[in-house]
Parts: sequence; structure tokens; C-alpha cells
Amino acid sequence: MNVATLVPSAAVTRKRGWLAGWSRAGKLGLAVLAFWIAVAMFAPFLSDQALGEMSEGGVFQAMSAQHWLGTDYLGRDMLIRIVAGTPYTIGVAFIATLLACGAGALLGLLAAVTGGWVDSTLSRVLDTLVSIPSKMFALVVIAGFGSSVTLLIAVAAIVYTPGCFRIIRSLAVNINAMDYVLVARARGERRGYIMRREVLPNILGPLLADMGLRFVYALRLLASLSFLGLGVQPPMADWGSLVRENLGALPTGGVSVLAPALAIAALTIAVNLVIDNLPGHTDADRETR
Amino acid sequence: MNFTIVKLIAGRILAGLVSLLAVSAVVFAITAVLPGDAAEERLGQDATPDAVKALRHEMGLDRSPVLRYFDWLRGIAGGNLGKSVVTGMPVGEAIASRLPNSLLLAAVTTAFAVPLALGLGILCALWRGSAFDRFTSMTAVAVVSVPEFLVATLAVLVFAVQLKWLPALSYEVELSSPGAMLRSFALPVLSLGSVIIAQMMRMTRAAVIDQLAAAYIEMVRLKGASAARAVLFHALPNAIGPIANAVALSLSYLLGGVIIIEVIFNYPGIAKLMVDGVVQRDMPLVQACAMIFCAGYLILVMLADVCGIVANPRLRHQ
Repeated sequence: MNVATLVPSAAVTRKRGWLAGWSRAGKLGLAVLAFWIAVAMFAPFLSDQALGEMSEGGVFQAMSAQHWLGTDYLGRDMLIRIVAGTPYTIGVAFIATLLACGAGALLGLLAAVTGGWVDSTLSRVLDTLVSIPSKMFALVVIAGFGSSVTLLIAVAAIVYTPGCFRIIRSLAVNINAMDYVLVARARGERRGYIMRREVLPNILGPLLADMGLRFVYALRLLASLSFLGLGVQPPMADWGSLVRENLGALPTGGVSVLAPALAIAALTIAVNLVIDNLPGHTDADRETR
Repeated sequence: MNFTIVKLIAGRILAGLVSLLAVSAVVFAITAVLPGDAAEERLGQDATPDAVKALRHEMGLDRSPVLRYFDWLRGIAGGNLGKSVVTGMPVGEAIASRLPNSLLLAAVTTAFAVPLALGLGILCALWRGSAFDRFTSMTAVAVVSVPEFLVATLAVLVFAVQLKWLPALSYEVELSSPGAMLRSFALPVLSLGSVIIAQMMRMTRAAVIDQLAAAYIEMVRLKGASAARAVLFHALPNAIGPIANAVALSLSYLLGGVIIIEVIFNYPGIAKLMVDGVVQRDMPLVQACAMIFCAGYLILVMLADVCGIVANPRLRHQ
């Protein structure tokens, strides 16, 4: 018997292509997500001139061949404004999510693998943070320090660390009880090795799904703050600030307030579709479990 | 009601009080200790050191943060919330004039959202997998995944701008007649309610479906009862605990949503007051509002836990 027949699974799934396990809704979500990521990558190449240019046609124009998504409250092209806002919308939320899930996963693994007083102390401290509603925490911090992009990232990261910690800890506690972890301990492996090599690979799937969920939360929180005028500050603008700036177009049913709002909806719903349709979760009624 | 339950609930309430104390310490640290010297900030850069020192003494900033924290805590417990830095008015008065408005909004939203959400959730569980269920569930996912201001903006666009049924952004809340009240409340309640309805509906549906998987439901079906009877008379009573829990938890989302809704509709409530306070960096006001919100949130979460304890026989015998 040659080796290939003994280890078929990985090789076979590779060959089937990485899209094979995705349902139609999942693929749609992936496509929309990929589109926005591409837009975010492209945005920094916009020239300053294109960004500041005011249209002669006036403010709050409707859709036209010249301005596909109309113009904003200063007569700037809405499409360019949205594209320019993409990195602030996606980037800030993404960095915050990475930090939150990185810290949450690290602490969660540490708590589960170490146990004892480390576990109970970490759980207590992070539970305290959970008892402040996320928007309230953000408002209090912004009242104290004033708003900046760095602060927004920090706030979102702090707000979403406890949630990730809880999930990772509960998953890791189960893995930690497995025989192979016991064997690794008996072998005399260090704590870091057990966390990294024995436990982490087994909870990677749920960790990624959780990251997607936290990303949506972070995006919502940051967009809401920008909408209140407390998030990303002018001249920078994310989609939340674009909705706020152009609220004046609402009575005329303007596209300039609708477009950024729909951009947010498209992105968050796409991420939701992706995490709800991750391959390997075939049960249609997963909500019940 | 046996002794174990009472002990569990008492423990839960005690834990809630401890959390509230911890939250107050966090709020105080973020607003009053970490940002640096408030006296220096108020006087600007070219203040003389003597002036700064005098103001610092007047504001009590020359004492240790721990002492200041306990003074502040004693003030809050005694109802003395300090004076607004911006208007000089007592914070307590400002809050007292706004809080009833917010509570009214929350009450109307709750009265509207809870029955609707429970009904939808139960129907979805009853007709699981049907077109109705899939449509409702998809809408719910869409509503919970977008920010609240988006729902509100769309509601204004549809009902006020396109259909012209309601005033766009009500600048004054009219409570004189039922008709006027309905008109000024309709959009805020609709936008605030939709997020909560979506949350609550999903949890209700999950709780009922969870019960439907149990063996006793199979037994009920085997003896010939209809699906409606199995759901309404057998699954639902057993799902009351999780549903009550879901209702309380969903209502705690009110606290986050109300911030956005009050601002977008210019509703004179406490959340609008707080956002204005944040913009003007009016610390005593922000501290007081934050504590009110956190207390409300903790009470609802505590209520959710207590519902879970009372309804779950397994917890009773732990």
C-alpha cells in the first residue's frame, strides 16, 4: 500500500477547488465581499483632485451619466466619496477585529490551558467589560479622549475582546480535556506549545467564523459612531459619516444618502452570508443548535 | 418556589450589584482620571500655574483619584449628580426632564415589539422551512446585520418621503392628542422596534424549535395531535423560560438602539442628552447618563438570567 491511499482527504479536497464546498448564497456573499476588498485596495490610488472636485451641477444631484451616484451636500461626486470611504469603513473595522480576536483567542487559550486562578481572574475581568453596552463604552471613551482613528480601533478592539474570549475559552476547555493534550503534557511540552500546536488548530474553524461575526459588529458600531458624528472625523469619511453628511438629501429622496447606506447593508449582509454558509456546516437549521 | 431558587436569584442580584460597582469604577476612570488634568484643559494653554492650582483645588482635583471616586459614588447614590460644565445647570434636573420621554419611547416600543416578535417567532417555528419562514428569517438576518440608523433612514424615506404618511424628522414630540402622539411616535418606534423584533423573533423561533426536537413532542405527534397543537400546547409552555430570557436580552438592545434613534429623529430623550454631552465633553452629564444606561442594561440582563433560573428545572437542583 503506498502512502497516497493512506492520506487521500487533503489532496482530494485541494483538487476539488476551494469553492466547491460553498452553497450559492455563500458564493454570493464571497463575491460581494471580494468586490468591496478590491474597491478598498483601489481607493488609495484616487487622486486628491478627483476627491475634492465640486460639480457644476450643484448639490444633491440625482443619478446621471456624469455622476453615477449623484453628488453630495457639497456637490462632490458620490461614487468617488464612497470608494474613498471604503478603506476607513472596512480597514478600521478589520484591524479592530484582528486585534480583538487575536487578544481574545490568546487570552481564551491561556485561560483554558492554564486553568486555576488565571482562568477565573481573566473571566471575571472580561465579564466586567461585557456589562457595559458597546455603544455606551465607546461614547464614554470618546467623551474622555476625543475621537481619532487610533482610538476608534482601540475602542472596537476592547469592546469585542470579551466575546471572542468567551467563545474561544469554552471551545478550548473541551479540547484541553482530550487525550492527546494529556499526552503532550505528559511529554513535558510547554504551555505555549500546547496552546499553539495542540489546541489552536482544532478551534481554528469556529475562530474564523467568530471573526466574521465580530467584523460585522465592529462595522456596525463604527458606522453608528460616525453617524453620530463621533467616529471618523472630516476630512476623512467612512460610510457612516457619508450617511450623516447627506441626511439633508432625505426629503428629496436623494440617492446620495441611500447609496452609502446600501453600501453598508451590502457589506454586512455579505459577511453574514459567508459565515452562515461556511463549508462544513450543512445543517440548514443550525440556529437551533 | 424553593430555597435553592431564592439563593440562586439572590446570588445573581448580588453579582449584578458588584458588576454595577465595577462598571462605575471603569466609567469614572475613563472620564475623570485617565484623560489628564481637567483644570488645565478648561483654562487653556496660557493659564498661570497659580490659576491652574486654584481651579484644581476648587474642583477637588488635588486629591487622590480613589478619594474622588468615592465622593462621586456617594454623590450618585444620594442623587447629587453634580453640575453640567457647559450650562451650569444641575445634571439631575436635565436628566429628570428627559428621562420620562425615553422611558415612554421604550415602553411604547416594547408594547409594540414583544407581541409581534413572539407571534412571528412562533409562526416561523410552526411553519418551519416554508416560504413564510424563510422570508421572515432572511429579513430578520438582514435587519440585525445592518446598523440601526440605516433602518431608520430607510423608514423615513419610505413612509415620510415617498408615501408622505408621516412627518419626516419630527422636531417636536406632540403628546396632546392620541393622533398627534401616534404621528410623532410611529417612525421612531418602527425603526427601534424592527431591530428588537428581529432579535427576539430569531430567539423565540430557536427556543420553540429546540423544544420540537424533544421526545415528548414526537409522542404528541404519534398520538395524532396536529402540528399547531403540538407547538402551542406542548412545546410553547416548555419554551417559556428561554423565550422570557430572549425578551429581556432583546430589550437590552433597546439601550443601544435608542441612542441612534433619538439622534436621528431629534427625540428629546436621555440618549440625545448624552450624545450632546459627549460632543461638548460635559463629563458630569456623560457620567450620570452612562451610569443610568449601564444600570438599565444590567437590570435587563439580570432579569433575563432570573427568568432562566426560574424556568429551568435543571438549574433548580444544581
